[in-house]
Amino acid sequence: MLGHRISRFGSTIVKQLAREGYISTYGRRNLQRSYGHYLPSLPVVPRQARTSQEAWFLKSHKFCTSSTTSSENGDEETEKITIIFVDKDGEEIPVKVPIGMSVLEAAHENDIDLEGACEASLACSTCHVIVMDTEYYNKLEEPTDEENDMLDLAFGLTET
Amino acid sequence: MSRYLARYLVSRCFSSVSSRPLHVCIVGSGPAGFYTADKVLKAHEGAHVDIIDRLPTPFGLVRSGVAPDHPETKIAINQFSRVAQHERCSFYGNVKLGSDLLLSELRDLYHVVVLAYGAESDKDLGIPGESLSGIYSAREFVWWYNGHPDYSSLKPDLKRSDTAVILGQGNVALDVARILLRPTTELASTDIARHALSALEESSIRKVYLIGRRGPVQAALTAKELREVLGIKNLQIRIKETDLSVTPADEEEMKNSRARKRIYELLSKAAAAARTSEADPDQRELHFVFFCQPDRFLESDERRGHVSGVNLEKTILESVGSGKQIAVGTGEFEDINCSIVLKAIGYKSVPINGLPFDHKKGVVPNVRGRVVSQTSGDISQTETGLYVCGWLKRGPVGIIATNLYCAEETVGSISEDIEEGVCNSSKAGSKGLMQLLEKRKVKKVEFSGWEKIDDKEKQMGIEKNKPREKLVTWGDLLAAAAN
Repeated sequence: MLGHRISRFGSTIVKQLAREGYISTYGRRNLQRSYGHYLPSLPVVPRQARTSQEAWFLKSHKFCTSSTTSSENGDEETEKITIIFVDKDGEEIPVKVPIGMSVLEAAHENDIDLEGACEASLACSTCHVIVMDTEYYNKLEEPTDEENDMLDLAFGLTET
Repeated sequence: MSRYLARYLVSRCFSSVSSRPLHVCIVGSGPAGFYTADKVLKAHEGAHVDIIDRLPTPFGLVRSGVAPDHPETKIAINQFSRVAQHERCSFYGNVKLGSDLLLSELRDLYHVVVLAYGAESDKDLGIPGESLSGIYSAREFVWWYNGHPDYSSLKPDLKRSDTAVILGQGNVALDVARILLRPTTELASTDIARHALSALEESSIRKVYLIGRRGPVQAALTAKELREVLGIKNLQIRIKETDLSVTPADEEEMKNSRARKRIYELLSKAAAAARTSEADPDQRELHFVFFCQPDRFLESDERRGHVSGVNLEKTILESVGSGKQIAVGTGEFEDINCSIVLKAIGYKSVPINGLPFDHKKGVVPNVRGRVVSQTSGDISQTETGLYVCGWLKRGPVGIIATNLYCAEETVGSISEDIEEGVCNSSKAGSKGLMQLLEKRKVKKVEFSGWEKIDDKEKQMGIEKNKPREKLVTWGDLLAAAAN
């Protein structure tokens, strides 16, 4: 009994330090410029660095201490969609976010621990995403030079 | 059965984890230190983390290494500050391992000690003339313009001639070249140290040579930094077309690394653009010189003891297996005259008493962050409760974010070891450290002290239209912290 509790506690610690995760979404998914600005209505072509598989490097765990600035979620007119974050334990966390909000900001506003060392200023690659759905990937514009420069240094970069 | 017993004992230790806190001390408050602290705090509810640093100011190279014209790279400081302000975390600046306290004392006080004090020394070339004045390591020069209190009085002479030579073609070399060549009007609104801005305003340096012993395919710089320097206004870039020819071995290297390929393409485009641009004598010049290695430094006749140039030997590349090519001298030499040389060939860590050290690699021997005391065959014996993270662990390579993964690995090892029972004994932790520091009359600077320094610098910066005006002497820093 005690052994079981320890192994669960230990494995929680170890899992918290693992980095694999997956994301799935319902409905339209709108990734937006990595500057976290709100843009009105229409699906904005995503500007975040990306590759072709869909996986998030996600660290969601109980002792999250990240402080998030809880900004208002806009007025009632801002349409909201649902994003489901799936952490490495397989737990699904649905959140409602206004269209145009970046996924990084959506995570931080909902206390989901996602690395973003430069706070969305395109000066690192810790929030880079892997887009797994080829159809969606093809809807995106090509990464800019600046995004590719950051991807050059990204950990766990995969080929398109 | 005995494993079950061990787990039972460990669980007894854990079941009262709130009354038996995990005392962790991290030496070094740069990215490695702070990412480690962050992850330890998140992984262990009972962990108390003390971060010590020999400087009164935290953040390591983010404050003293990142160039003044790269403010967005310093944003990571926000996350680090949040960690330092965590209720289970404390920062103690102006505490030096080796002088104020010994490693053995730290290990007595804490369950876990993580050394993350980076690489504060330099690789040497080991060639004649290296001790001539006017030759600095890039680290010294960077610390000088970033206001590091150890180097504020460096006083590099930038008025002797119009040429500076930089050995090395990594991002630090580019940083230094950029600071030397950027219009000072642009630098005036950054957090560059005042003494450096004054010196640069009076500088006569107009030509900078970036010397690499291998070719453009092997250059250590990264695309973003290269793109930036190529885009500086009124700066002529000079690259020899012949240096751009690639061999099959080069093609192979580029095939295996998208970063290298993109850098080579950038350099080719720059060379082509340079060819078509007209030479303007008023413009500043940046020369990329490839396939040259320094043989010796030349001494000035008029000013004995001072450098007047570098003697370079041309090189060719030789494959040494597994896709790697090294530079080999050809016996053909040429000189470049200059009055200042900056060696940007790599940092080196500094060993301390009582710490295993690999002098060849310049790092602390470790297995996934656990410090190794000795190795026989395949088996490495590790030191209990002693870990490394960052450059001290991996060597001086990578970017700030590289430490994220480095810290994860080290904290992973720590967590495994805790499960095996590292926290069995009771340790004094912070209380013990405070007693020791008081006994030795060490004027520690807490995070609130840094916040006073921070406020003062920002206040002084407002008057000069800079994000901050750095305090650059030990006296000023300690006085502001104690205010």
